[in-house]
Amino acid sequence: MSTNGQVHPLLEVSDLVTRYPIPRGILGTVAGRPQQQVHAVEGISFSLNQGEMLALVGESGCGKTTTAQSVMRLVQPDSGSIRFEGSDISTLGFRELRPLRKRMQIIYQDPYESLDPRFRVRQTIEEPLVIHGVGTRSDRPHRVKEALVRAGLTPPELYIDRYPHELSGGQRQRVAIAASLVLDPKLLVADEPVSMLDVSVRAGILGLLDALRKDGMGILMITHDLSTAAHFADRIAVMYLGRIVEEGPARDVVRNPQHPYTKALISVVPKRDPRDRSEPQILKGETPNPVHIPSGCRFHPRCPLVTPECPHIDPELRTPKDGTTPEHRAACILV
Amino acid sequence: MTAPVLEARDLHVWFDLPDDRELHAVQGVSFGLAPGERFGLVGESGCGKTTTILGLMGLLPPTASVAGQVVLEGENIMARGESSVAPHRWKDIAMIFQGAMNAFNPVKTIGDQIAEPMEVHGISEGDAARQRVGELLEMVGISRDRADRYPHEFSGGLRQRAAIAMALACEPKVLLADEPTTALDVMVQAQILQLLVSLTHDLGLAMVLVTHDLPLVAQVCNRAAVMYAGEIVEQGETETLYHDPGHPYTRLLFAATPDLYDESNVTSIPGGPPRLDREIAGCPFAPRCDRTFDPCPTVHPELRDLGAGHTAACHLNDPAMRAAAS
Repeated sequence: MSTNGQVHPLLEVSDLVTRYPIPRGILGTVAGRPQQQVHAVEGISFSLNQGEMLALVGESGCGKTTTAQSVMRLVQPDSGSIRFEGSDISTLGFRELRPLRKRMQIIYQDPYESLDPRFRVRQTIEEPLVIHGVGTRSDRPHRVKEALVRAGLTPPELYIDRYPHELSGGQRQRVAIAASLVLDPKLLVADEPVSMLDVSVRAGILGLLDALRKDGMGILMITHDLSTAAHFADRIAVMYLGRIVEEGPARDVVRNPQHPYTKALISVVPKRDPRDRSEPQILKGETPNPVHIPSGCRFHPRCPLVTPECPHIDPELRTPKDGTTPEHRAACILV
Repeated sequence: MTAPVLEARDLHVWFDLPDDRELHAVQGVSFGLAPGERFGLVGESGCGKTTTILGLMGLLPPTASVAGQVVLEGENIMARGESSVAPHRWKDIAMIFQGAMNAFNPVKTIGDQIAEPMEVHGISEGDAARQRVGELLEMVGISRDRADRYPHEFSGGLRQRAAIAMALACEPKVLLADEPTTALDVMVQAQILQLLVSLTHDLGLAMVLVTHDLPLVAQVCNRAAVMYAGEIVEQGETETLYHDPGHPYTRLLFAATPDLYDESNVTSIPGGPPRLDREIAGCPFAPRCDRTFDPCPTVHPELRDLGAGHTAACHLNDPAMRAAAS
């Protein structure tokens, strides 16, 4: 919500570009070798509303994690804008970002590494409060317990004095989530939140994120798992080599994929039912190196439907003629 | 079923713990593999699936004690310990280790490393070995002129293919694949699975696919065993396991796994697996089960034949138990 009464999305990313320079080394610098860059994110736009979950899906190197880190301003974007609750945060300095960090939190893939092994649960969850100067010494214990309950660790007394090694993987991830929730953020970025966990506890963590979303939190989930995205996200954006190649309501993207890359990706997801063994459409080779991005459509060297124009035209996202809904868009000249 | 090429019979593995305690990691596991068959061994972390196949290979650490039989084409290769296993390791039973793609020696070429098992087993040497390395690389979809490359010049997918080539070097009859695609992207995973499936077709190779990923087993294997707390709790055709599971754990595990098109709720299984360093009374899954009844906390369920090679260890399948309870 903004000052002039207009309704903004919680998060609005436009033309985001984030590149990482490749070190040339002393010899390279002296010899004046050209500076090369990893084109991690190459102009992507998306928005996320309160109470919505958007899944960024793609293979390693597609730029999904860099997108998340740019949104959190943990890496500096090269260009583009990131509007959070209506104001552009893409160029804010460290000090100006500080109050914003309370409102946007990130949880990571590996709860075995993201928690300090020497901190009891209480300290882990209290630390963000202390850093941001939230609450008083006397009301912090109450906030800590509240966060534990919201993260599904009940009764909180059972967990509050434990160390990470005394918790299971699922419980650790819940502690990490509680440490984010204690600041009452509006945006939660979840970077592969369940991929390190056992199958039987994954659904619990995803269900927790789903409940937070229903409570009004905006969730940006980074995942390589299309089945998880299909199940829990409202919308899916499929990334390939730094670009969103298809996006739309989760159901439309999964049931009626338009981009040849999405079609292939969906065809290789193993199904639970052994009778459902449809022929996977396996692409040859692997995603090219994001240092040298192919010309035109970046997918053309691997595309099964490549046309002579594809190496020359860099397609923009548009509503496909066979798309299901107007919000469903794909970046391919054939759609 | 044709005569099995490999059989585990009542395999047990214990690990020594400090203070004279023991961890009973594998508790009487039995299964058989037909030639060319793809068999899944599924379960969550700590259920004993990796320990089981390391036991088949005789590769457990010295802190482990093993009991039971591993029968390769009728011969119990565990009968005389290392001396009876060693001649078959790599030659008849080979393994792709979890994370094998990251286990190559960085300072030796891929080709030299693939040739190593052949040299160790005296199968071939020198030019003949080089020739064979070229054939193996092509078999797994790598051009033979890349034999002189170093591991860092290969992508993850290519290194995994090279690990498969290395496992096939001595023409084994059985391939044990421990989470062979876990660290790979979905498209590369599909490529590797396609390769493994075609190898079982073309070479008549029997494969045990060890994974936590049920859909993977559903797509690749015709039969599978589900492990929990060191035991096989259900075994049968993958179709039966999905459509007509005989154990609540199998059913709940499928229900906890999201599927691309099935929009019904995915539900987690409450609690966690039991500790294996103490005796478990009753059914090990009882504390997490949604169908527990009278005998479950106290009587240990044995595997029961449900017909057509389908077995499950659950009291619900025992009419006498159910009658007594109701």
